Amino acid sequence: MLTLRLQHVSLGYGKRTVLNDISFQTMPGEMLGIIGPNGSGKSTLIKGISHVITPSAGHIFLDGLNVAGTSRTKLARLIAVVPQNPPLPELFTAFEMVLMGRTPHLGLFRYETEKDYAIAYRAMQLTNTLQLAQRRIGELSGGERQRITIARALAQEPMAILLDEPTAHLDINYQIETLDLARKLCKEQKLIVVTTLHDLNLAAQYCDRLVMLSNGKIHSEGTPQNVINVQAIKEVYGADVYVYPHPLNNLPTTFVAPNRKGANHQKQ
Amino acid sequence: MALELLKSAAIPQAVRVYPSLLRSRLYAIVGLALLLIVVIILTTAVGSTDIPLATLRDAFLSKIPFLNIQQAWANSVETIIFQIRLPRLILAGLVGAALAVAGTAYQGLFRNPLADPYLIGVAQGAALGAVIGFLLPATWQTASIPLLAFLGAVLAVAFVYFIARVGKTLPMTTLILAGVALGAFLSAISYYLMIASADKLHGIISWLLGTFSMASWWQVAMVTPYIFSGITIIWLHARALNVMQLDEDQAQQLGINVEQVKLILLAAATLITAAAVCFCGIIGFVGIIIPHAVRLVWGPDHRFLLPLATLSGATFLILADAAARTLLAPTEIPIGIITAFLGAPFFLYLLRQKKRAIF
Repeated sequence: MLTLRLQHVSLGYGKRTVLNDISFQTMPGEMLGIIGPNGSGKSTLIKGISHVITPSAGHIFLDGLNVAGTSRTKLARLIAVVPQNPPLPELFTAFEMVLMGRTPHLGLFRYETEKDYAIAYRAMQLTNTLQLAQRRIGELSGGERQRITIARALAQEPMAILLDEPTAHLDINYQIETLDLARKLCKEQKLIVVTTLHDLNLAAQYCDRLVMLSNGKIHSEGTPQNVINVQAIKEVYGADVYVYPHPLNNLPTTFVAPNRKGANHQKQ
Repeated sequence: MALELLKSAAIPQAVRVYPSLLRSRLYAIVGLALLLIVVIILTTAVGSTDIPLATLRDAFLSKIPFLNIQQAWANSVETIIFQIRLPRLILAGLVGAALAVAGTAYQGLFRNPLADPYLIGVAQGAALGAVIGFLLPATWQTASIPLLAFLGAVLAVAFVYFIARVGKTLPMTTLILAGVALGAFLSAISYYLMIASADKLHGIISWLLGTFSMASWWQVAMVTPYIFSGITIIWLHARALNVMQLDEDQAQQLGINVEQVKLILLAAATLITAAAVCFCGIIGFVGIIIPHAVRLVWGPDHRFLLPLATLSGATFLILADAAARTLLAPTEIPIGIITAFLGAPFFLYLLRQKKRAIF
């Protein structure tokens, strides 16, 4: 069975360790969410799995293959990343950007063939971006860029897609659209999908399983019902919230209430 | 199956026309190559003595064996065509191509529209080398100036590279800052040496502004291997340069070995720039405006950008050199003045024409 497996992985930059002794695994068709407060190492985890940084301890296996010992080209055929708000060159067209996803299949010196065009076309069809094909990246909105970046990831024909805060800086309609798409790809294309999210409600609604990070370690993991509760959020985020079941599907939903004590004091 | 898919009417225009868009850029390459040939022929004809095109044609044809064309022109004309103008034209073309390609590669590597081939110390290193060459005994100068200029350029970039390197990675911002700092330091030495040797000042400044007046076949033979191999290496990395227009993390996640590509491109661009400046001086402006002009007209895809910049750079510098030797003949204008004087207004015109993002 194809799995993505992390075994006692530690990750960091230089001598600074950000993540310590992280272990979990996931498989195709399961949408895995990584949650945790700012600085808890969510993005670092994505960089580690895609081998932009090398683990200082432990191993990451995809389909039994050690990620750190795999060539960049081969790895890019297995794992695609949708970064958070990535800088994209504005003069390229959306179609050219999606075609860049074919890079690991072409190597440095070969040109694209009809097959690559067809794959890029299908990736744009799946992400509903065909109408953008001829537009320049600089003319696209944040949500459109996000979808083009996801199309580029699909054009890599990977086994796993890693999304880093795919909803950051997006309006609520694009948040829904992006995560609907990610979930659809996960279920229909049988992809491994790992996504970091800072919005606990989106995480609960879209992910089958959550891994909650705190101070560089795994605080808890499991279904949204098991992970998101008042006590855990107090421990990890240091915030007082209310968690109630969602009226439509009973998934845990987090509510905030302003701390009005100070204001009340002033009134009295 | 894939082929049929692309032909299907359901496919949007944008996707269906993409291959023909590529073909049209290929035609642009062929067109520019033809233009370059025409420019070479025409500029061979003009100069202190104008040569009729018919004579020029016969002179060229006479070099082809078995045609048995008799020389019906003076030996001086033969010398002007084959020993003075042609080597000079070819050298100008090689240097223009080298600077334009190096500029394109640097702009792509640094993802910075302000980058040019002289960004990280090549120019200042070459200048110091040349200035030292000028101070050596006159009999050595033909060899010492280009040799020291070449060494100065390469050593300056090598020094900057080792300063900026952190472990196995090369942060590009550190590289630029180290280049600027070393450049200022080397310039300080050059200026001091220039002031201390006032009698050589005119020769040094002419060299710094660039000139092809001393061009010879020997010089062409010396720089050709560097420039051809360097340009070929850079062309071969065109796709990698495209992907590196994202950022380094994304390029790695798309399978590019970023550190290796950076090192190869830096080395190749530096070598061709050093070869370009060592005989004819620090010719400015070609390396920054040709890449931009080509990008404005034909788009950002380096697979076409690089060959188009090669041809445009060569054509531009041959024309600029023709202007340098004819406008105020018999006085020669330093070519750096011409490239800026003709190139800048043309570039401003292009910017005005296309009022969208340029990089």
